[in-house]
Amino acid sequence: MSVVTLTINDELVSAQEGETLLSVLHERGIDMPTLCHLDGLSERGGCRLCMVELEGSARLQAACVTQVQEGMIVHTHSERLVKYRKMILELLFSERNHVCAVCVMNGNCELQWEAAKIGMDHVRYDYLNPDLSMDASHDRFVLDHNRCILCTRCVRVCDEIEGAHVWDVMGRGVNSRVIIDLNQPWGTSQSCTSCGKCVQVCPTGALSAKGATVAEMEKQHNFLRWILDGREKNVWSYGNGK
Amino acid sequence: MKKIKFATAWLGGCSGCHMSFLDLDEKLIDLADKIELVYSPIADVKEFPADVDVTLVEGAVANMDNLELAQQIRARSRLVVSFGDCAVTGNVPTLRNKLGVDDLLTAVYHEGPGRHPTGGDTVMPKLLPKVLPLHQVIKVDAFLPGCPPDADRIWAAVSALLAGEPVVLEPEMRTFG
Amino acid sequence: MNRSDLEAMAQRELQRQQAFRCRILCCASTPCLSSGGSAVYDAINEAIKEGSLDAEVQAVSTGCMGPCSRGPMITVQVNGAEEVIYEHVTPEIGRQIVAQHAAADAPNREATPEVESAPSLSKHVLPGDIPFFVKQKKIVLANSGLIDPERLEDYVAHNGYKALAYALREMTPEEVCREIINSGLRGRGGAGYPTGLKWDMVRKARGDKKYVVANGDEGDPGAYMDRTLMESDPHRVLEGMAIAGYAVGAEQGFIYVRGEYPIAAKRLERAIRSAERRGLLGSRVLESNFNFRIDVRIGAGAFVCGEETALMASIMGMRGQPIPRPPYPAQSGLWGKPTLINNVETFGSIAPIIQNGAEWFASIGTAKSKGTKIFALAGKVDTTGLIEVPMGITLREIVYDIGGGIPDGLAFKAAQTGGPSGGCIPAAHLDTPVDYESLRALGSIMGSGGLIIMDEHSCMVDVAKFFMEFCMDESCGKCVPCRVGTVQMHRLLERITDGSATMQDLETLKELCVMVKETSLCGLGQSAPNPVQSTIHYFLEEYEAHIRDHHCAAGVCTLDKRPVTEWVHA
Repeated sequence: MSVVTLTINDELVSAQEGETLLSVLHERGIDMPTLCHLDGLSERGGCRLCMVELEGSARLQAACVTQVQEGMIVHTHSERLVKYRKMILELLFSERNHVCAVCVMNGNCELQWEAAKIGMDHVRYDYLNPDLSMDASHDRFVLDHNRCILCTRCVRVCDEIEGAHVWDVMGRGVNSRVIIDLNQPWGTSQSCTSCGKCVQVCPTGALSAKGATVAEMEKQHNFLRWILDGREKNVWSYGNGK
Repeated sequence: MKKIKFATAWLGGCSGCHMSFLDLDEKLIDLADKIELVYSPIADVKEFPADVDVTLVEGAVANMDNLELAQQIRARSRLVVSFGDCAVTGNVPTLRNKLGVDDLLTAVYHEGPGRHPTGGDTVMPKLLPKVLPLHQVIKVDAFLPGCPPDADRIWAAVSALLAGEPVVLEPEMRTFG
Repeated sequence: MNRSDLEAMAQRELQRQQAFRCRILCCASTPCLSSGGSAVYDAINEAIKEGSLDAEVQAVSTGCMGPCSRGPMITVQVNGAEEVIYEHVTPEIGRQIVAQHAAADAPNREATPEVESAPSLSKHVLPGDIPFFVKQKKIVLANSGLIDPERLEDYVAHNGYKALAYALREMTPEEVCREIINSGLRGRGGAGYPTGLKWDMVRKARGDKKYVVANGDEGDPGAYMDRTLMESDPHRVLEGMAIAGYAVGAEQGFIYVRGEYPIAAKRLERAIRSAERRGLLGSRVLESNFNFRIDVRIGAGAFVCGEETALMASIMGMRGQPIPRPPYPAQSGLWGKPTLINNVETFGSIAPIIQNGAEWFASIGTAKSKGTKIFALAGKVDTTGLIEVPMGITLREIVYDIGGGIPDGLAFKAAQTGGPSGGCIPAAHLDTPVDYESLRALGSIMGSGGLIIMDEHSCMVDVAKFFMEFCMDESCGKCVPCRVGTVQMHRLLERITDGSATMQDLETLKELCVMVKETSLCGLGQSAPNPVQSTIHYFLEEYEAHIRDHHCAAGVCTLDKRPVTEWVHA
C-alpha cells in the first residue's frame, strides 16, 4: 500500500492510502468526538460530530467516511466546527429524555462525556420530552428508548459481527426507533442469540444489563477487536492449526 | 473589604444542591468571611433583596411562583448561576413533561394511591404547562451542572465568582448527572 | 424489429390516424381524471357509437395538455381545420362536441338537434393562441396530450424510437456522450449537473456490470412534472434510458416511481412490455447487439428516496436512507457497480437531442442553461397547470402571460421554486431569467420544477413553517442535524406564528439554519433551511412584526400566545 501525505491543522502527516481521515486523526492523538463510529464496525457518517474542513471543498466532510488523499489540507478544530459540534450535542440532548442523574450509564456514558469535553454545559433548544417506552422483556438485557441516540451501533454489530441482524430501525426522522425483529418485545425474539454485543457497544444507557441501577453500567468494546483480530488471523476456520 | 452580597434560591428541585453546598464544610468558614448571605432557603429572609452580587439558583422552573421568583432574581442580581442539573437541564422534574398538566394531576392524584387534595386552585401555585430549565426563562451567566454538583465543583465555581473571574470548569467537573 | 420495420409501423399508424375525419383527444392524466375526465371520455365514445361514427371519428385517451385547473381538457382535430381546445368539459359538453365537430360536418347527414346548443359550447373553447400556449416551447412534452400513452404505435408514429435506432446504428457510445455533453443538457432533478459529463463518467468507469436508473420519485409539494411525463409519454423516458444504456454500457435499467403514482407505474409497465414484444427493449434491441432490460421499482412513500443514494438503497431492498458521497453512483452505485442515475425529465430530453442534434438543443435557453424546463405552475395564478418553457424566460412572463396573472386583482407577493429545498423570490426579482445560476443567486434553486405563486394573503413565515414541517416529516433520521434540527427549526417557526417567540428565538433559528445546511448528510437536510433563509432574507420585516408586534399582515397566523417571560402579571 502506498503512503499519502496530507496536512492536518498545519502539520504534515503521512498516512496509508485507503485509510479514513478519522483513523489518521486518532493515530495522531487528535481528539475528535464521535458517537456513531466504533472501531471494528462499518462507518455510518450519521452523528456528524467528526465533521472537518477540507481546503478546496465547499462542503464539510465527516472524517469517518472520508478517505485520506494526497495533498489534502484538513482543519479539525476551527471555531465553526467546534460550534457545530456543540450544537449537534445540544440537539441530541434535546431529542429524548437524557436525564443523566437517573441513568444506568451515568459517569460512563459517551454522550455525557462528549458534552462535558466540548463544554456543552446547557441546551438552548426546547427539550422535546417524547413519551417513550422501555423493553425489559429479555432475561438479561433492557432497552430504554429514552436514552437512544440512533447511532445504530447495535444494528451494525448484530448484523456484521454476530450475524443475526436482530436489530433494525423503523419509522423515520425524529420518530425513528431501533426495533427487534419485526418490532416485537425483545424477550420474544427467536433470532436474538442473547450474545449481548449490542449492549456492550451502545454508547449510552439505551441498552444495559438487567439489574444495573443508576451509574452502575459499564461497557467494554475490546471484544470487538478480539473477534476481528481472530477473523483476520483465521483463528476459527476449519483446518486451522495445521 | 466590602463583603459580596450572595444569595441562593430553591425552585423546583430536591434541595440536594443546597445539601451539597453545605458539604463545603470548613470552606464555608472562609466563605463567610467574604460573603454576606442575603437570601437563601437556609436563611430566614422573606423577600428577595435588591442589589445582590451573585445568586445561585437550584431547581427547575415548574410553576408560576418559580417563574416570578426567577424573574425577581434576575432583576435584582448582577450574576445568576444555574446551580445543579435541575436548573441547567430541567432534570428529574421534567419527567412530567410528557403529560399535560391536567393529565398529570389526574394520574397522580385522582387515579393515584393517595387522597385527592383540595384547595389546589387557590393555595397552590399554578403549574406551568412544562417544566423549564432556568435559562429558558431568564438570562443565566454561568452553569454549574451536576446532580448534585459535588462540593469541589461548587467551590471551583464559587471561588471563581468571588475572584470576579468567569466560571470555567474542567471537563470532569461539568458533566451532567 | 429493425429500422425499416419501425418506419413501416410509423407509416401504418399515420395512415390509420388519417383515415379518421375527426379525432377527439381526451386528457387522461391524473388532474383531468380527478376532475371527471374518464366520464367525459366514456360519454364521447357513447356519442360516437350512438351516431354510428366509429369509422370517421375517433376518441383518443391522451396525456396532459397543460392547463390542469381548466380540466377536463379536450382537443379536437378535424381534417383540414384548426385544432379546437375545450376546457371544463362535462359528459354533456362532450356529447355536444361530438355533435358539433363530427356529426355536423358529416357530408351526408342532417344536423342533429344538439347543434342548436352550440352557443353554450363556445363558452368552453380555449383559444389556442393565448399566451399560455404560445409562450411555451414543448420539447420533452411534445407528445404529451397528442398521443395515446398506452399505444406504442402512436409514439412510433411521432418519431418514437428513431433516436435509439439512429444511435445504435450510426453512433459509438462515446459519440452519444459527446453529443449530450455538447447539447449542454443539465440534470433536471434540481442540482443541474451536466448530464453528458455524468454519462461519460459512467461510460469510462470500470465494471463488469453497469446500471441505468431513472428517478421518478418526485415528491415536492405541488410538483408533478415527472408524473405527467411518465403518464403522458412513457416511451419517451424508456427511449432515453435505452440510449443512456447504450452510451454507458449498461444492460439493465430501473425506473423508480413513487408509490403515489399508480397510473404512471401502470403505463410504464405496459410500455415496457409492448416495447419488449416489438424488440425495442430486451435482448438484441432493434436487431443490434445491444441488450437492455428495464424494470419498474415502486417507492413506498418516502420523500428522501428521491435522493439518489437513498433511492438506490431502496431499489436494492434496503431501508431508504442516503449514504455519504463520495463514492458517487457513477463509481459505485447499485450493488457496488457504476450506475447512471438521472431524473425522468432528463431522460425525456435525450431522444430530441439525438434526433435534432446538440447544436439545435444548445441554441435554446441561456448561456449556461440549455433547452427547456417543465414547471408545475401552482398557487395563486389564473391558470395553474403544467408548462414547458425555454430556459431564460422571466418569472414575470410565466406568472402574468402563461399563468394569466394573479386572480381577484390581488398583488403578486412571491414565487416559490424548488419546493422544500428551494426559496421564495419576491416581486422585485420578477424579471429574473429562469435558469440554474440566476435562481441560485437569488437564494433559491431551479429544483425539479415546482413553482408556487403566492399573493398578499400568504404569510411568508407560515410558508416557511409549512415547508419545514414537510422536511421534518420526511427526514429519514439518519443524521442528527436533519433529524433533530428540522424539528427544532419547526418549533421556533411555530413559536413565531403563535406569538410566543422572542427576538432571541429568531437568532437561534438563523444559527440553526446555517448549521443544518452545512452539516447534514444529504441534500434533504442541506437544503431544508432554504425556505426559511430566503424568507428571512426577503421578508425579515414580516418575521419581526410577528415577534415584536404580534402582527401577521396576511392575517394567517393566530398569534394568541405570549413568550413565557411575559406570563407573570399577564
